[in-house]
Amino acid sequence: MARQEKKKDVVIVGLGWTGSIAGIELAQEGLDIVALERGHDQNTVPNFEYPQQIDELKYGVRLKMMQKPSQQTVTVRRNGDETALPYRQLGSFLPGNGVGGAGTHWNGLNWRPQEVEMRLRSYVEETFGADIIPEGMNLGDYPVSYDELEPFFTQFEKVAGISGYAGNLNGEIREGGNPFEGWRSEDFPMPPMPTTYDSSKFRDAATAMGYHPFPASAGIASTSYVNPYGMQMGPCNFCGFCERYGCYQYSKSSPQTTILGALKRYPNFEYRTQSEVLRVELAEDGQTATGVTYWDEAAQEEVFQPADIVILSSYQLNNVHLMLLSGLGEAYDPLTGEGTLGKNYAYQMNGGISMFFRDEEFNPFVGHGANGICIDDFSISQNDFGAEGFIGGSYWRSGTFNGQPIRNMPLPAGTPSWGAGWKQAIGENYGHAMSIGSHGSHMAYANNHLDLDPTYTDRHGRPLMRMTFNWQDNDLKMNQFMKSKMEPLAASMNPDSMRSGFKGEGAEYDVRPYQTTHNTGGHIMSENAREGAVNRYCQSWKAHNVFAMGAGNFVQNTQYNPTGLVGGLAYHTVNAIRTQYLSNPRPLV
Amino acid sequence: MTDLPGYPSRRNFLKASAAGVALSGLAAQAKAQETTPPVPLEDYDRAYLTAAEWAFVMAATARLIPSDGDGPGAIETRVPVFIDLQLAGDYGSADDWYMEGPHDPDAEPARGWQTPLTPAEIYRQAIPVFDAWCEETHGATFAELDAERQDAALTSLQNGDVALDSEIRDFFTILLANTKEGYFADPQYGGNHEMQSWVYIGFPGARAAYRAWPERHNEKYPLGPVSISGERA
Repeated sequence: MARQEKKKDVVIVGLGWTGSIAGIELAQEGLDIVALERGHDQNTVPNFEYPQQIDELKYGVRLKMMQKPSQQTVTVRRNGDETALPYRQLGSFLPGNGVGGAGTHWNGLNWRPQEVEMRLRSYVEETFGADIIPEGMNLGDYPVSYDELEPFFTQFEKVAGISGYAGNLNGEIREGGNPFEGWRSEDFPMPPMPTTYDSSKFRDAATAMGYHPFPASAGIASTSYVNPYGMQMGPCNFCGFCERYGCYQYSKSSPQTTILGALKRYPNFEYRTQSEVLRVELAEDGQTATGVTYWDEAAQEEVFQPADIVILSSYQLNNVHLMLLSGLGEAYDPLTGEGTLGKNYAYQMNGGISMFFRDEEFNPFVGHGANGICIDDFSISQNDFGAEGFIGGSYWRSGTFNGQPIRNMPLPAGTPSWGAGWKQAIGENYGHAMSIGSHGSHMAYANNHLDLDPTYTDRHGRPLMRMTFNWQDNDLKMNQFMKSKMEPLAASMNPDSMRSGFKGEGAEYDVRPYQTTHNTGGHIMSENAREGAVNRYCQSWKAHNVFAMGAGNFVQNTQYNPTGLVGGLAYHTVNAIRTQYLSNPRPLV
Repeated sequence: MTDLPGYPSRRNFLKASAAGVALSGLAAQAKAQETTPPVPLEDYDRAYLTAAEWAFVMAATARLIPSDGDGPGAIETRVPVFIDLQLAGDYGSADDWYMEGPHDPDAEPARGWQTPLTPAEIYRQAIPVFDAWCEETHGATFAELDAERQDAALTSLQNGDVALDSEIRDFFTILLANTKEGYFADPQYGGNHEMQSWVYIGFPGARAAYRAWPERHNEKYPLGPVSISGERA
């Protein structure tokens, strides 16, 4: 018999970006709130202090800030004929752990989707015709438009403290910004970050080819800043330790630097760490949730936490897992297309080129996670899908980040991987290389989905979630298109040598190398309960007092890093709860 | 050497030390580092590896990152100490990983770590198998071969030409990865002795403060590395 805690108005599952947003916005309503966090507590001081945080082996390689597979993981197979095997050691993607979640260890690349990405199926049908959509691709529209989300993107960017330069200010295209971005009602909260040498070389080369370079939109403070919650950030010192690290100097946007300090002052908010939610409990009629059951690590027992509203704000994979385990919808069947949970799992299709300049100095350790100059000339709104034979696009970026030698040692093609030749090459090339990355869209497909594994279980005896995922021709073609466009640009910079890395036709998913922690879909938004797990307010179609935050809502992945859309959707959802749901709890659609 | 505006001057620091000014904690540690030479590798008190395994790791890492040519080798940077300590710790025992069965060690490599063995167990099982192969193929255990034949044997191991059971087939991959980790990691983990690898490639280690540098284009950063403990080189 589980211990039972006192009932709360709201229980929040996972205290990362979206849990923190829900916490502070609903705390302002005077609601009694508890957040349950699986991992440990952590804050800038003492957890991210200099110099202990500046430790590539501990955090960059041994991944001590991440979810431990021994505690929670998934199984992976590439198609329905394979037996899924556990993702035993982290590689391809790195879910976070502890207070702040992935918002603590991210790079800070904060993007809005393009307007057409929010209505991609309609755009494709109107512009190119429905017959270009490949069989097996679940191409969809989001049930909420860019225009509707714009105020919430702006709100998130003010809270998160984003640096950049608007290219489209209320419809006016401004030189030096991104001319292809969605309109902004206001300029960025902070000016763009300074430009490093590699970025400036890329900017010059892109300009010479007629492209439209602009500074990356960075969740990194370029100045001192106070956000709407009164939280203060200080300007980044380009220490270079962003991705996989907590920021030691209050410069990277994170729940710690922008929300949690203010949230903890609300007497009606509390949070409990080492509290892993095992399932959402449904009322007998199945129409609402009664609360959640969690594992109290300190007491070593199960606890039932009753609540009127359940906010699922754990990482995308864990949200989908919880919903599958709790019966918050039917599992998706790729053969019949019936069911919604686990549907449209998507990822990201990336590639890039390293260029070597033996006589030039790039100081790769001087950087930050969102450093760089970008172009959007090959983005979704710019590509001719009919002529090129794919649906998708990417943004390109060049800027030093993660210049730490265990993980970041690009060497010219043909360099031996060990021995005298390797040692000579690291001496000759470290600090003399730069790169351009292509960060591309990933569509949703019937083959790529999530469900429960029939064999493997976690430490609580729950089935692990099973990921069925492989690369698809459409996205691989997009990636090869980017290669064909990027190589001439890289060559125009006259490097001593260059080395391309773009997956091509026939590439199969490999779980070992790090690729990206942009796992999306699985509890997607939809116009109706047949097609997705949640409505336009990220409210469960199954139980109206359950709201699911995060990238699990993505109908298909965009070409950008997901946090901007995640943040915008979170503010859109909490606004609906505040203005529509609290006064009259019901299905909002 | 160049002193940078806004940074503690290393030249002045040296003058101050010479004048007997009280050392800061950071400086005291740096000084301690200089006055206490590390235990020689042959006398090192191993945490995990057996004597035979230690002989192998010493010999193998010495070929993976050799001492000749520019830059330090694995031996001068004490990479074997790093590997021993890592295998004795939670990496060696795969504490953070999901190690529940059933296991399918024959799964293709792209499926990731599927052996039931931990990294420490792989070293323990694979070294004797590889040494036996070296004896059969080259007439002596790995550590006893000359450098040329050691390189040939490692190449065979890397290329999959040494028959290893599936459970230990990733031995070369983790050996090479651990060797590079020990070469480049902060010295607190036992390798990268005196930050020699950082000095060699020009990585400033834990300095992690470059406010003036993003817009100093195509200009080499002049300061040497510091370690997490405050050691300088």
